[in-house]
Amino acid sequence: MSRGPLQVIGQSLRRVDGRAKVTGQTRFADDLALPRMLHMRLLRSSVPHARIVDIDTSAAERAPGVKLVLTGAAFPIPFGILPVSQDEHALCTDRVRFVGDPVAAVVATDEWAAEEALGLIRVTYEPLPTIADPEEALAHPEPRIHSYGEEGNIHKRVAFDFGDVEAGFAAAEQVFEDLFYYAGSTHLPLEQHATLATLDPDGKLVVYSCTQTPHYLHRALARVLQLPAAHIRVVATPNGGGFGGKSDPFNHEIVCARAAMLLGRPVKICLSREEVFYCHRGRHPVLMRLRTGVRRDGTITAMELHTLLDGGAYGSYGVASTFYTGALQTVTYRVPAYRFRGCRVFTNKPPCGPKRGHGTPQPRFAQEVQLDKIAEALGLCPAELRLRQLMPPHALTANWLRVGTIGLAECIRKVVEGSGFRERHRRLPRGRGLGLACSAYLCGAGLPIYWNDMPHSGVQLRLDRSGEVVAFCGATEIGQGSDHVLAACIAEVLGLMPHEVRVVTGDTALGPVDLGSYSSRVTLMMGHAAIAAAERARTLVAEGAAARLGVPAGRLVFAGGRVFDAEEPQRGLSFAEAVAAAEARHGTLGTVGSYWPPPAAGRYKGAGVGPSPAYSYSAAVVEVEVDVDTGWVRVVRVHIAHDIGRCINPVLARGQVEGSVYMALGEALMEEQAFRRLPSRLSAALVHKQPSMLEYKSPTCLEMPEVVTYLVEQPEPAGPFGAKEVGQGPLLPIPPAVANAVYDAVGVRIDELPITPDKVLRALQERARNPRRGRVGPESFPHIEWPRVVRVPTPGEAGEAAAMPSPGAEVRP
Amino acid sequence: MMRLPRLRYVAPRTIREAAAALADAGPEGALLAGGTDLLPNMKRRQQVPRILIGLRGVQGLRVRELGEAARLGAGLTLSEMLRDAALCAAYPGLRRAVASISTPPLRNMGTLGGNLCLDTRCNYYNQSLEWRKAIDFCLKKDGTICWVAPASPRCWAVSSSDMAPLMVALGARVTLQSAQGERELAAEALYVDDGIAYLSRRPDEVLTDVVLPPHAGLRCTYLKLRRRGAFDFPVLSVAAALRLDGDHGDAPVREARLVLGAVGSHPVLAAEAGALLVGRPLSEEAIREAAEAAARLAKPLDNTDYALGWRKRMAGPLIAAALRELRGDGPPPHGELARAGVRGRPSGAC
Repeated sequence: MSRGPLQVIGQSLRRVDGRAKVTGQTRFADDLALPRMLHMRLLRSSVPHARIVDIDTSAAERAPGVKLVLTGAAFPIPFGILPVSQDEHALCTDRVRFVGDPVAAVVATDEWAAEEALGLIRVTYEPLPTIADPEEALAHPEPRIHSYGEEGNIHKRVAFDFGDVEAGFAAAEQVFEDLFYYAGSTHLPLEQHATLATLDPDGKLVVYSCTQTPHYLHRALARVLQLPAAHIRVVATPNGGGFGGKSDPFNHEIVCARAAMLLGRPVKICLSREEVFYCHRGRHPVLMRLRTGVRRDGTITAMELHTLLDGGAYGSYGVASTFYTGALQTVTYRVPAYRFRGCRVFTNKPPCGPKRGHGTPQPRFAQEVQLDKIAEALGLCPAELRLRQLMPPHALTANWLRVGTIGLAECIRKVVEGSGFRERHRRLPRGRGLGLACSAYLCGAGLPIYWNDMPHSGVQLRLDRSGEVVAFCGATEIGQGSDHVLAACIAEVLGLMPHEVRVVTGDTALGPVDLGSYSSRVTLMMGHAAIAAAERARTLVAEGAAARLGVPAGRLVFAGGRVFDAEEPQRGLSFAEAVAAAEARHGTLGTVGSYWPPPAAGRYKGAGVGPSPAYSYSAAVVEVEVDVDTGWVRVVRVHIAHDIGRCINPVLARGQVEGSVYMALGEALMEEQAFRRLPSRLSAALVHKQPSMLEYKSPTCLEMPEVVTYLVEQPEPAGPFGAKEVGQGPLLPIPPAVANAVYDAVGVRIDELPITPDKVLRALQERARNPRRGRVGPESFPHIEWPRVVRVPTPGEAGEAAAMPSPGAEVRP
Repeated sequence: MMRLPRLRYVAPRTIREAAAALADAGPEGALLAGGTDLLPNMKRRQQVPRILIGLRGVQGLRVRELGEAARLGAGLTLSEMLRDAALCAAYPGLRRAVASISTPPLRNMGTLGGNLCLDTRCNYYNQSLEWRKAIDFCLKKDGTICWVAPASPRCWAVSSSDMAPLMVALGARVTLQSAQGERELAAEALYVDDGIAYLSRRPDEVLTDVVLPPHAGLRCTYLKLRRRGAFDFPVLSVAAALRLDGDHGDAPVREARLVLGAVGSHPVLAAEAGALLVGRPLSEEAIREAAEAAARLAKPLDNTDYALGWRKRMAGPLIAAALRELRGDGPPPHGELARAGVRGRPSGAC
């Protein structure tokens, strides 16, 4: 079969779910209602850390309209997203660990009755001392927030040396050491979490929920409710924003399901905004110490990174997050030897987890700000410093990550030229500045959350004589456009337009497993599976059409909704006629495609976090105005270039870039999950300072600057049609670029996020007193007992060729 | 979704009926104007009136008269005021202040009277019932201690109205009606320096209208410090109203009223700073002296957005920026004042 130029891929077509969204017809979880539906509310702990002595639900059970009251006794089996962190109960059994931990549930005829009844539940707590931050967690091993983990309140520690790090530092002509801090922030999706559970007419459980990971929720429900997985159907409703905040199985989902089973009636819960802050799983606050050895020309000889993560009260993805704070430092620039130490601790606060960039924006901030300092100290242009030591393509990093194509040089050139960086950096009047930073991100995690050797994504196609093509896949539309990507990949192969493909996604009963919308994996993994399924369908259809037309199948072209002879284009069939011919020839038509990522190159313990089929790259130049009298920072303009491999749909890709910039600016300038203790002689309270959309400050459209986006397309062999991710990577260069721009504008280093006006002003005052100073940032890194170091020779030391061909992904029929 | 407590809704048609209903309801009653503040507060059980007296259908609360001076009904929505081009031109500071309130949808509901009577705000108070339970409540509602100043016998919730400092600066007068009759008082006298009893309005009185001073020769402005260009309440605001002895910006000041918002439980009139300006042109020296004098009155506590020390430090520059603007320097540069639609894209209509 001939394949002409791409018809769909690369076109800015209206997304397939666009009409429903702009006309208000998309049905989010809270839009769902079923006959005889009941409503559920959760009672959440009002104390930060305590033993549960008693829960008296008798008054609540007698309250008007109340149908069911549940407590932790109904949920003896723990769960958690990672197999190594099964530390949550749907309702707390014997212990509460933060203000917001759910302890009881009421199901009633309406929300009002449920809420009133919550007030009648009497919980007796025996308070325990609280841990508010990592320093306290390290200093106070007792009381332990969890009985598992490494020791005391340390959840996880990791220690790696890749290559001869000491020799690397010895070879350095200058060593830079800095401390950085990146505040925690939350996802703030506009849609609050909601779940509706019901029993189907066979008595089997159906759970509609705004989850990014229906497959993992499916597994958690089967485990906690002790049901055969085949008797549970999870339907991921379109998410009104996810950003990582809907990637864990959540308490409310499990309790809602149990309630529906016990009552035999549909039960719904929609969380309040405050509860969404308590579900959290957002950006870990991370304290970092970064040491980098360089030669006089800026060449990196060795790097050492220590990270300390404030994990909050539960494990969530935290073990993976801990690894991720050290995993991707090596994929942008050549780092010949690399030392990483990471530590995550438990604290009595809402659990942290994956937020857009998962564990990597924090160390990226540190690395890119430090590079800016290095460039200045060595009298180098920050762009040159980076360009001269970019990681080569198709090579292994010091920690054994196999990178594919790298469009970073082109990204840097785009933003440098677009912003006039070379001419304007260090030359603008006081109060104006430019900052440059780069980054890289995964296109899907190389390993699933739980070990298995099955595909990461599957797509099933059904075609029939109507000409309709239906694609089934477990992938979840969270606003990122995955439904469109699915339709577009299939349409491209079959010569259709995306809206001619019906997509059925996020439903465990209808589609094959896809692991979920996280780690920027969907376009790449689902895309490959979709192409495989579509190519098989095309073969079947072509065989039918070839017989009908009397043309060799190899000469047929699929384009414009027709199947025709390449040599005699008027000789052809409509797509529907061609499918009918195939259906007559082959019988009922259905095909499948599966995708497995390539195996990781690293073989050491811990090598599972970081490998990805491909890496995306970004570069940004941010321009700011800083007012020296107030410290006020205004972002004037952002130039950002993203190496996307190939655009499936440029409008959607730009939307992801701009959304990433927006989210990053919030983290750079104002967002912070802040907590509050009261005077200890008066109170043991430890509360979220502002669990509301009004007082948790996130930028509005009025704060959004002009964003100039460049999409760099260098097709990646490991990506579908050459595509890489775009949903997360473009967030990463922005915070360090803002910090570097503030320095260029007024000469002060703000080494901690967010960069608020009071910090800028404080640094300016310090600089006014002593021109050699002028920094706000952490002053120390606590002592941590690191475990035995995993020493791994670099690929060069191990005799691996520095550059090696990628083994390629496995796409099986 | 958070739900309102159970309540009875009364819909009077006249001011007299409203006042009677309010008197009948006693301490269980509350007036409902736009509801943009009261209803969320009720969902969080900060306020739990059992009887709401809706003002929406009341005749006579939407007066809008503009001659040499202006009379504005308390029931006018903020959007209606913004859409009145003549009113905005006559009182540019009023336009600035109204445009800075929250967001366009909330301005479509929120009213002049509602904003003037806005409940005082505090990080420890504007929280859900469950959150407040976690700190064992506070003096303003259900508790016994002021968490922002635990040694203090009083509540330090913050006056966060944008209309209040502006009206005090203008020297506006407000009318209150009750079943007993009607009284008029200076806007300044409407406010009390107490986070709980922050209004001198008696519980049975309805705020019906506001009379502004003549606009000829009046120079007034409003600057508001806050994190973002929309949504946010002020963490510091400056309302300034001047009359000069002459038409040019360099003429001596005849009369000056400077008011700070969001630095205490009431709008703080900086009388001494105003007096310092009288008889002098708005020179840099005069502006600096007045700004210093006024800034001394800014004693914010750690119960709003932003670091306390920074908010206090911003008072001087913000006051100076307001005075320079009134001198005719044009709108202030961005860092000096932030974001009330003063610079960049103004938020909303008008």
